Amino acid sequence: MYDFAYEKPGSLADAVKLLSADPDAKALAGGQTFIPVLKQRLNRPSTVVDLAKLGLTGITVSGDKVTIAAMTTHATIAASPEIKAKIPGLQHQASLIGDEAVRHRGTIGGSLANNDPAACYPSAVLALNGTIKTDRRSIPADEFFQGMFTTALEPGEIITSVELPVPQKSAYEKFRNPASRYAIVGVFVAKFASGVRLAITGAGQGGVFRHAEFEKALSANFAPEAIAGIATPAEGLNGDIHASPEYRAHLIGVVSKRAVAKAA
Amino acid sequence: MGFEGIGASVRRKEDVRFLSGRGNYTDDINRPGQLHAYIKRADRPHARIDAIDTAAAGKAPGVVRVFTGADIAAENIGGIPCGWQIHNKDGSPMAEPMHPVLAVGKVRHVGDPVAVVIADSRQAAKNAAELIEIDYTDLPAVANLTDAVAAGAPEVHDGVAGNLCYDWVIGDKAVVDGVFASAHRVVKLDLTNNRLIPNAMEPRAAIGDYDTSSGDYTLYTTSQNPHVIRLLMGAFVLHIPENKLRVVAPDVGGGFGSKIYHYAEEAIVTWTAGKVRRPVKWTAERSESFMSDAHGRDHVSTAEMAIDKDGVFLGLRITTLANMGAYLSTFAPAVPTYLYATLLAGVYKTPVIYCNVKAVFTNTVPVDAYRGAGRPEATYLLERLVDAIAYDTGIDKIELRRKNFIPADAFPYQTPVALQYDSGDYQTTLNVALQTAGWDSFEARRAEAKRRGKLRGIGISTYLEACGIAPSAVVGSLGARAGLYEVANIRVHPTGSVTVFTGTHSHGQGHETTLAQLVVDQLGVPLDQVEVVHGDTAKIPFGMGTYGSRSLAVGGSAMVKAMDKIIAKGKKIAAHLLEASVQDIEFKDNTFTVAGTDRSKTLTDVSLAAYVPHNYPIEELEPGLDETAFYDPKNFTFPGGCHIAEVEIDPETGVVEMVNFIAVDDVGRVVNPMIVEGQVQGGVAQGIGQALFESAIYDPDGQLLSGSFMDYTMPRANDIPPLSVATENTMCTHNPLGSKGCGEVGAIGSPPAVMNAVVDALKEYGVRHLEMPATAAKIWSIIQSAQPRIAAE
Ligand SMILES: Cc1cc2nc3c(=O)[nH]c(=O)nc-3n(C[C@H](O)[C@H](O)[C@H](O)COP(=O)(O)OP(=O)(O)OC[C@H]3O[C@@H](n4cnc5c(N)ncnc54)[C@H](O)[C@@H]3O)c2cc1C
Repeated sequence: MYDFAYEKPGSLADAVKLLSADPDAKALAGGQTFIPVLKQRLNRPSTVVDLAKLGLTGITVSGDKVTIAAMTTHATIAASPEIKAKIPGLQHQASLIGDEAVRHRGTIGGSLANNDPAACYPSAVLALNGTIKTDRRSIPADEFFQGMFTTALEPGEIITSVELPVPQKSAYEKFRNPASRYAIVGVFVAKFASGVRLAITGAGQGGVFRHAEFEKALSANFAPEAIAGIATPAEGLNGDIHASPEYRAHLIGVVSKRAVAKAA
Repeated sequence: MGFEGIGASVRRKEDVRFLSGRGNYTDDINRPGQLHAYIKRADRPHARIDAIDTAAAGKAPGVVRVFTGADIAAENIGGIPCGWQIHNKDGSPMAEPMHPVLAVGKVRHVGDPVAVVIADSRQAAKNAAELIEIDYTDLPAVANLTDAVAAGAPEVHDGVAGNLCYDWVIGDKAVVDGVFASAHRVVKLDLTNNRLIPNAMEPRAAIGDYDTSSGDYTLYTTSQNPHVIRLLMGAFVLHIPENKLRVVAPDVGGGFGSKIYHYAEEAIVTWTAGKVRRPVKWTAERSESFMSDAHGRDHVSTAEMAIDKDGVFLGLRITTLANMGAYLSTFAPAVPTYLYATLLAGVYKTPVIYCNVKAVFTNTVPVDAYRGAGRPEATYLLERLVDAIAYDTGIDKIELRRKNFIPADAFPYQTPVALQYDSGDYQTTLNVALQTAGWDSFEARRAEAKRRGKLRGIGISTYLEACGIAPSAVVGSLGARAGLYEVANIRVHPTGSVTVFTGTHSHGQGHETTLAQLVVDQLGVPLDQVEVVHGDTAKIPFGMGTYGSRSLAVGGSAMVKAMDKIIAKGKKIAAHLLEASVQDIEFKDNTFTVAGTDRSKTLTDVSLAAYVPHNYPIEELEPGLDETAFYDPKNFTFPGGCHIAEVEIDPETGVVEMVNFIAVDDVGRVVNPMIVEGQVQGGVAQGIGQALFESAIYDPDGQLLSGSFMDYTMPRANDIPPLSVATENTMCTHNPLGSKGCGEVGAIGSPPAVMNAVVDALKEYGVRHLEMPATAAKIWSIIQSAQPRIAAE
């Protein structure tokens, strides 16, 4: 990696100041995406602003909402009895991310800010209709994810937490890339009294997306059979050496059915 | 202490240091005043170098020197040599284009070294390398075999027409064609052996050290054979005589063949250390490993078997294209010829065999031996072909194998492809494996899986390989430019402990334990008083290193010979001490005894007398108890056996799950059963990796698409089912231990077993063959395309 300055501010205000003052300053959370990027010299920050001392960790449950602070690690989420009780799909999802080392360093805030098209959490946050809280505002999930590695975050804006409504039922199913173990197709399904939301990661050229036809059918009948006959077109899906768009389109159906079966 | 000799599963002596992070790998070594090298590599597969501007890099902070191919060309430095010369069918030698240490004129694969920056730190060297400006003119490139031999294909080397390194044959084509012409039936199979990237856990590294007072060079390197590197680099590349060049291969974290070869980086650090008169270190980054470690396999073949009406094999006819990559790596030409085509009889009586191999240059990383080297290619081809014969004729695949086996009473058995097998019993390994696998009750498991919505399949491979390489005169006549004997020096110290200096090299195999057990067995010295030293040309007399499962069969045999000499000398000393005649002295359990009496001397009494020769036959005998032996094997060794795999396929996704794996191997005498089991397990894991996961993928223009672990699928622990590993051994008849070798059998026998199981699972879809790796995506598309046909039926 290239040389850079390193700061570890003690308050959110200081962190925002450091990041806003310098367009080439970058935030560091768990480093599980950012450090490999630095090692490959794909990014040349002037200053790396470590978010570790901002007190942004922890999980709180109040009524029908779960709030997870941005710097909470995947391992913490996977091990949380509250998450397991309230949003079992999310607990399971966190347990499937990367390996032990990645889960003990990587954070939910970092994953959401990064919005990797094959990352897991964006599907949960979108399906759960979550709200991303930052140092300056609240952003609904439907507006937050704006395409591959692109989000509604402004330069220097820091995610502080994510607020997730508690669904009646939830599940995550992941078809892994055999090499990287990221999602080739990951499906998060959440059933609320108001209806079903289903979000797909790994497959779309534009990153995570909701599947309107599946949602409609599942809202009427929350059972795998409800979506068995609905084909997903391959257009707009990713193709790579591991999976063609057609294969991904097919997997969306299979993985979604399995997610619903698990949740139901 | 318990039993520690041959046959004891003693724990590995080396594991304490490995498991507690106290191994001493090349990158752990730092020499005083050490500088760091960073290698600027080609980012494109094929291009002319019009100009290289290193001025800015040379002035960058921390930089000591920058060297390019032109600097090397200006010195008395040779190209990287190839260790094996193959001859074309017309008798002319293979094409052997120059393999420069740093590219001169052209780059020929992504990763080809172009320049090297020497700096205070790795970081400074890497920063400066970004400032090197290279003007390239891109040239058309070719990556895959069939493209490379097509008319009008881009030429990787000027003057190598059609990219053909050699066009080699074994067997009599006219005779074989005659057999085919009159045969009852011919079964044909086209198949590809996928290209693999070795990915040893420890990336390659090298440190060059130059002693300004003596003018001596030392190279620390991640090598499986330091003496071979000293020979190749010293004699052919840098022209440093052996007495001025020491090569040390300390702990090495996995090789699988990829650390046999002499690599440019070794010459670069050694030469530049002399130039800048300071030590120079280079350690590969993982992405450099992907594009600079020699790759493995990469064959495209057509195989045909002529059979009679009962399925008896009458003749085998094969054509193979083998990818050499852009340059010839050390062993490369031997792999698809003498380590492949000579194995095509396998365990079968096939009377006539003809094989034509064309070795082809492409704009890819050099391809060389990788765990199994040639034998996995032969085994995969043969065992897939046998299953295809069963598929086409309806003959039971077990019966087909049995009726064509070389019977246990036919040894020594001369094959039609040069090799003479010394021993084996293929019916027994087959029987034990079938029994262990519950072959006969498989259909019930298939039906049960079907009820769960899974497609279950079972596959078998009955294989043979040739290792313990190799008799020097034989390999010499086949084109090897070296002998393949092994060397052992046994030093009995004054108080009876022993140090073994072996020319083999351990990089995960556990030689420090296995070889020590030979000393326990033969000299009766306890294991904790035996030290095995390897990997240093300054300590070990000579050696050819470790590959081709040769360390025990060849290196161990050299130890036996050296210990025979120790015992012979010890008897003379004991006879003197016991005032008896030498003929009357017996040696057993660490003790020299006058036969038929209780008068004896221990080995320690004798060694003490040898080093403190006060009461000693000094007129007839030199002091000391230290003997060296060179052992040249009389033949290859021929491990073999039977592997059975069971898989379940999820028809909705195409995912293959390995659910059962049985290996019953004949590896000859087993010294440490636990280590043998571990070696077979590791080999099988690599074989499963090749069959289901691994694939080095180049785009047609030569960019490596699977250039990191994000895209190159290594098998993980949870991809490997519990492996049932057993041995049913016949002894090697021509070496003193009876050992054959176990390092490669797992990787050789398993891929066809797995693929035969996958094909069997897909039976109802009319699948006769599919190429490795059997990825989910591939299987899904096969199922997809078969659906309409099944629906129509
Ligand atoms: C081997 C491996 C396997 C993996 N497998 C998976 C997988 O299966 N599924 C999966 O989803 N992920 C996977 N990941 C990625 C992992 O989940 C990362 O943790 C995650 O992508 C980034 O989180 P982080 O905390 O490490 O962020 P960092 O890497 O530190 O940062 C990522 C980016 O987000 C920015 N950022 C970080 N925190 C904030 C914040 N609070 N506000 C604003 N911007 C911020 C950073 O500036 C940076 O640009 C894997 C990673 C590795 C190394």
